[in-house]
Amino acid sequence: MKIHEYQAKQLLKKFDVPIPQGGLAADPHEAYQIAEALGGETYVVKAQIHAGGRGKGGGVKVATDLDEVRQLAEAILGMTLVTHQTGPEGRVVQKVLVEQALDIKQELYLGIVIDRAQARPVIMMSAAGGMEIEEVAARTPELIVKEAIDPAVGLMPYQTRNLAFGVGLDGALIRTASSFISNLYQMFMAYDCSLVEINPLVITTDGQMLALDAKVNFDDNALYRHKDLIELEDPNEIDPLELEAKKHNLNYIRLDGTVGAMVNGAGLAMATMDLIKLAGAEPANFLDVGGGASADMITNGFRIILGDPRVKAILINIFGGILRCDVLAQGVLEAAKQVEVKVPIIIRLEGTRCEIGRDLLKDSGLNFTVAGDMLDAAHKVAALA
Amino acid sequence: MSVLVNHDTRLVVQGITGKEGSFHTRQCVEYGTKVVAGVTPGKGGQHMDEIPVFNTVKQAVAQAGANTAMIFVPPAFAADAILEAAEAGIKVIVCITEGIPTLDMVKVARYLEGTDIRLIGPNCPGIISPGQAKVGIMPGQIHQPGPIGVVSRSGTLTYEAVYQLTLQGLGQSTCVGIGGDPIIGTNFIDMLRLFQADFQTSGIVLIGEIGGTAEEEAAAFIKAEVSKPVVAFIAGQTAPPGKRMGHAGAIISGGSGKAADKMAALEAAGITVVRNIGELGAICKKVMGA
Repeated sequence: MKIHEYQAKQLLKKFDVPIPQGGLAADPHEAYQIAEALGGETYVVKAQIHAGGRGKGGGVKVATDLDEVRQLAEAILGMTLVTHQTGPEGRVVQKVLVEQALDIKQELYLGIVIDRAQARPVIMMSAAGGMEIEEVAARTPELIVKEAIDPAVGLMPYQTRNLAFGVGLDGALIRTASSFISNLYQMFMAYDCSLVEINPLVITTDGQMLALDAKVNFDDNALYRHKDLIELEDPNEIDPLELEAKKHNLNYIRLDGTVGAMVNGAGLAMATMDLIKLAGAEPANFLDVGGGASADMITNGFRIILGDPRVKAILINIFGGILRCDVLAQGVLEAAKQVEVKVPIIIRLEGTRCEIGRDLLKDSGLNFTVAGDMLDAAHKVAALA
Repeated sequence: MSVLVNHDTRLVVQGITGKEGSFHTRQCVEYGTKVVAGVTPGKGGQHMDEIPVFNTVKQAVAQAGANTAMIFVPPAFAADAILEAAEAGIKVIVCITEGIPTLDMVKVARYLEGTDIRLIGPNCPGIISPGQAKVGIMPGQIHQPGPIGVVSRSGTLTYEAVYQLTLQGLGQSTCVGIGGDPIIGTNFIDMLRLFQADFQTSGIVLIGEIGGTAEEEAAAFIKAEVSKPVVAFIAGQTAPPGKRMGHAGAIISGGSGKAADKMAALEAAGITVVRNIGELGAICKKVMGA
């Protein structure tokens, strides 16, 4: 699960990780009032959308007086912000964060991720603040300092020193940096984060360290033990069809193509998408109905696929293992009764009781084409899309 | 020979009285697996069919001689179940459960580090040595004993691959689903090492997917250490970045984990990479068929 910058900063504050003073505004007047209360001379107005690259897209601006804060908020609120992470359709900005501008001396990067190969949290720090860490890793890997945390003992003070001295901080800042890193790590562990990035982490001219930006992602599998986080999810950031699918416990991801796909199992669903592409068409979605799909789930899956107006044909690819193909076929027929289907459907069934399943579909009188194997299915559906 | 599970497997099922646990236990028994015990805390002394149920894994080991565990407990209790089995002396632990928090698995992985305990999964279909033992949720009837070792991060995609192999007359020594989570007990390299040493196995099928760099690491290992032919497939060539494709571990993030990079690494290591899953069986026949 992803959250907004302003939400991430509230969590940081809870763990005593310093953040700039500021407030959230939904209209230009509110933005003006926040800036007025902040005092000072310069302000930053930041669009709150999940995607990175907001600055380059025109969603982050500096104001030198209160009227300018109002003007900038007016321009940014409601704009469709397009960044390299939003896709061409962009995101409509609904809230802005208004913050005090800081006198920045130095920008750093600080991030925590779970390293799969080591099976441990890894803290990364780099002197190249403001740049994407992947870019730094590709160009100047020597600038990145890493510490893997042994979960049996937790983060040790020497590790925070390794990080802070490693990015070239001078002695006077080591204690500040150590407590910053340590507090951030506490938050990462306490909330089952999957990623925390402070980029940039800034050092001001008066020697403070603050999180100028913050990105926090949570492990979806652990949300059951963090009920307080669930309300932070912004439905505006999720595709409406994906949101609908989530309600029915379906794994659905919307893509740009015209061939809808319904498959049991995530790996087979990905392989089916790949096959559609190889056959010369583009997949419209990823949809894994799971190993034990019921008629209900199939119906909901159908409804969601058909909710995408770009879909011109549907491919159902089921490998019956535990899920029997005759049960599946009955589910599909039930779904076809409940949902009006106007596009052609190609079905490929294999595995347990597949002959019975195929016969059920063939004899139903409905507009199904039963394919022989995956290749055949992909070619048939591509020809229709 | 096969690897990890065989005729000597004596299985304890943790969560045996649950809906999934009892259903799949019966399927395993039907396949011929020796299921010697079940564990459900508080239900010790009962039976599931003919199988004695114990309160703890420790009792199941002491009284029924279990040496392998299969776990069906819900995600919130799965890490505990894995450690309970490990501490009771079980050496092969297969965790089917999907949805375990990553930080729970960080602790489990730390506990298992440096031990001789082999954890398969979590979030996996399990392991089968055709004709000998099935410890998992895969459909037994599509398998056939033979010389091919199969290792995969997926479930149904593995069944698809196995089915194609069987249709081509290529039986399997052992098929393992290592799981779709970011942190798993057994990785590709662990399985490749076992298959390389197993004299029944003469060829290996590796099925990977987007996310992480396990396939790249496997490619380097195969080049250096594996003399048997390997055929690979990577799912997710059309997956968009930043989206979890069903499996918790199947996500392209920060420019890493792309299918194209994995395929290139495997090909560079001299491994046959199948682009079209529909052709996997036929290509295996060409590369590995006697």
